[in-house]
Amino acid sequence: MRYALLIYTRPGSMDGLGEDERRAIYAEYVAVNDLPGRAGEAQLEPIETATTVRVQDGETLTTDGPFADTKEVFAGYFIFDVENLDSAIEIAQRIPAARMGGAVEVRPVVER
Amino acid sequence: MLASLVGFLGDFDLAEEAAQEAFAVAAERWAREGAPVNPGAWLVTTARNRAIDRLRRNRTLAEKTRLLEIPQAVEEQMDETAIPDERLELLFTCCHPALATEAQVALMLYALGGLSTQEIARAFIVSTETMKRRLSRAKAKIKTAGIPFSVPPAHLLPERLAAVLAVVYLIFNEGYGGRAELAAEAIGLGRVLVELMPDEPEAYGLLSLMLLHDARRPARFAGEDLVLLGEQDRSLWDAGQILEGRSLLDRALALRGRGYYVLQAAIASLQADDPLDWAQIEALYRELAQITRSPVIELNRAVAVAESRGAEAALAIVDGLDLGEYQYWHSTRAELLRRLGRGDEARAAYLSALGLARAEGERRFLRRRLAEL
Repeated sequence: MRYALLIYTRPGSMDGLGEDERRAIYAEYVAVNDLPGRAGEAQLEPIETATTVRVQDGETLTTDGPFADTKEVFAGYFIFDVENLDSAIEIAQRIPAARMGGAVEVRPVVER
Repeated sequence: MLASLVGFLGDFDLAEEAAQEAFAVAAERWAREGAPVNPGAWLVTTARNRAIDRLRRNRTLAEKTRLLEIPQAVEEQMDETAIPDERLELLFTCCHPALATEAQVALMLYALGGLSTQEIARAFIVSTETMKRRLSRAKAKIKTAGIPFSVPPAHLLPERLAAVLAVVYLIFNEGYGGRAELAAEAIGLGRVLVELMPDEPEAYGLLSLMLLHDARRPARFAGEDLVLLGEQDRSLWDAGQILEGRSLLDRALALRGRGYYVLQAAIASLQADDPLDWAQIEALYRELAQITRSPVIELNRAVAVAESRGAEAALAIVDGLDLGEYQYWHSTRAELLRRLGRGDEARAAYLSALGLARAEGERRFLRRRLAEL
């Protein structure tokens, strides 16, 4: 099954870290990226670049900023093709954001 | 039967439909031709064959091709041993941490306890419609999210086993508070756990614990009033159940069990002795507190200390615990202060406990104690 591992980060969670620590955390992301079963990924530009689009009564409303007004922001995702939810959860828990005040949401990808 | 079908088909809904069809066929054919030699095997085989037929008709389910290659078994030739017991896999699926606790509880009672949707709804005082929705949401999540139908690998097993035991204990406690039929269901599930995991001491520990507590149920209330352990009429206890609980505990200890449920069962077993060995009970609570790091367990240890070493020593432990929101912290303090002759402080503590108590039996008990001061 394919799973999307949606990465939510807490803004500022990398602030105050030394260069070595940052490099170690990036290396962890790269390590996840290299795990077997990876079928896609994207890192998104910071939340300030987001634009939200809604259509109401046929009229397009465009607003500056993200959709959900929560502390954590959607920062990127991995797609993994693995056997089942347990395997997906095991990968999700290796993503640094999960332990740095953020979270990883695991969602099955619709197969067409 | 359901466990075997879910295991084979990997789909709750399909398994249920197939089982219903098999029962319908059986009702008609057995009346005409008599029951087969192995009715259980016949039903499972028939249900499997019906499900395969259904899948063959439905060609869009391409991912099920694995099943289509399996030749249909000849119904009359199947014997019981040919059907794998997949209840253990089902157990772990139902208690998967990706399901909400209330969904885990409902699934366990439904799939392993064999209760109907109506019966589960009644036990949890919700409408049948609500319970039906809760169950179908859970079944849909299992299927769509790819929750595995398997016994977890070794590195996940301790955590998952703890979840299974916790769900059964939750059902038991739901029942211990009043609805006796749930306690009986939990004990039934506990027996299934022991049967499926005969080498797991904590499974024996849990079943033992539930039996020992349940044995005292008839003596816990006199009318509406709560009766404390020391004042209970022991002739009301279920002696057979205590005996069984103790022999299960022996089994757990022989398997070198020393976990959460085994220790609690050992305490419950000691509590059924007369006179009580409070020093031994305290030692077990101490061990339990080390595992759980729970202040509530420390509070229980303090009660044992009060009996073995006196109220003064016990109060020192109680006052060191940060449990100001907990009813039994206040009532335990009150009891210790009363014994030490500190009436005013005892009164204040009983009042704090009364402010937090919700169950009517317990409120009456506290009011009685206040009146006696």
